[in-house]
Amino acid sequence: MEGLEHSVYVADLFNRLFGKPVLALLGLLGIEPRNPHSPVPDYIVMVIIVALLLIVGLGLASRKLSLVPSGRQSLLEAIFQAFEGVLTDIIGESGKKYLPMIGTIGLFIFTCNMIGLVPGFMSPTSKLNVTAGCALAVFVYYHWQGMKAQGPLKYLKHFTGPIPALAPLLLPIEVISHFSRPVSLSLRLFGNIFAEELLIVIIASIVPFILPLPFMAVAIFTAVIQSFVFVLLACIYIAGAVAHEEEH
Amino acid sequence: MKKMRALGLLLFFVLLAGSPLLAQEAGAADRAPLYKLSIIVGGAVITLAAAAGAFCQAKAISSACEGISRNPGSAPHIRFLMIFGLVLIETLVIYALLVTIIILMIQWGKYT
Repeated sequence: MEGLEHSVYVADLFNRLFGKPVLALLGLLGIEPRNPHSPVPDYIVMVIIVALLLIVGLGLASRKLSLVPSGRQSLLEAIFQAFEGVLTDIIGESGKKYLPMIGTIGLFIFTCNMIGLVPGFMSPTSKLNVTAGCALAVFVYYHWQGMKAQGPLKYLKHFTGPIPALAPLLLPIEVISHFSRPVSLSLRLFGNIFAEELLIVIIASIVPFILPLPFMAVAIFTAVIQSFVFVLLACIYIAGAVAHEEEH
Repeated sequence: MKKMRALGLLLFFVLLAGSPLLAQEAGAADRAPLYKLSIIVGGAVITLAAAAGAFCQAKAISSACEGISRNPGSAPHIRFLMIFGLVLIETLVIYALLVTIIILMIQWGKYT
C-alpha cells in the first residue's frame, strides 16, 4: 500500500505554510502528532479545500438573484429542487425543514467524491475518518430531530416496541440496529470510494495511458450514486425518527 | 433436494481438500504458510461475496423490470425501491471487499 500512494502536493504545501502554527497549537493542547513534519493529514487539507470551494462557489453563484433565473441560478435551483424532491418523497411536506442539513451533506460528499478525479488531489472520502464524521453527524441529527418532533420520552419509548411485555427483548435489538446505522453508512461510502481509487491506481500502474479512462468514467457514476444513496438513507432515518406512532 | 445434496457433497470435498491447510501450525519462525493461506482466504472471500451479491442483485433487477413492464405507471416507485434494495445488497459485498483488502494488505510475515 505504501508504495502505491504518493503524498498530495497540496497537503505538502499546506503543511509547509501552516505546519508550524498547527504544531504549536497542538503542543499547547498536549497532543503529539505522529508525523511532526506534516502535522495536518492530507484528508483534512482536502476537506478544507472542498469546504472552501463549496462556500466560495455557491456563495458567488447565489448573488444577484432575479425572478427570471439566468443560467447559474437555474442550475442552483435544479440542485435545490432535487434535494427537496427526495425529502418530500420520503418524509412528506414537513420534510422541507431538513433541507439545510441534507443539502449540505449531499453536496459535501458529492464534491469530496468528485475531487479525487482531478489530478493532484485525492478524495477525502477514501479515508474512514471523513466518512465516519459524516455518518456521525447524520446519526446525531436524526436522533435530535426525532426528540424535537416527538418529545424525548415519547421518542425513547419508540425503542421498546409496540408491546410492553416484549420491551426487554426488543430494546437491545433496536439499540444495536440504531448503532449499526452509522457503521454501515460510513463503511459503505468509504469502501466504495477507496476501492474505486485503488482500482484506478492499479490499472494506471499496469497501463498508464488510455486504459484508466473508462474506470474514471465509472468513478463519476459511483460518486453520484454514492452521494445520492447517502442522502437517501439519511432521509429514511430522519423519516423513521420523526414519524408519529399512528402512521406506522 | 438433489441439488442440495450435490452442493453439500461439494462443500465436504472442498473442506476435505482444505483440511491440511487448517491443520498447519501457524506459529514458529516460518510465516510463509500463513501468508499463502491469507491470500487464498482473501481471494475466496471476495469471490464468494461477488457471486452471491451478483445473483441477488440480478434477481432484484429482473423482478423490478417485470414489475415495470406490467405496470409502467408505477415505474418511479419501483425504481426507487430497486435502488434502495440494490444498495443494501451492495453494502454486504463492500464489507467483504474491505475484509479482503485488510486480509491481503496486512503483511503477515511482519507479525510474530
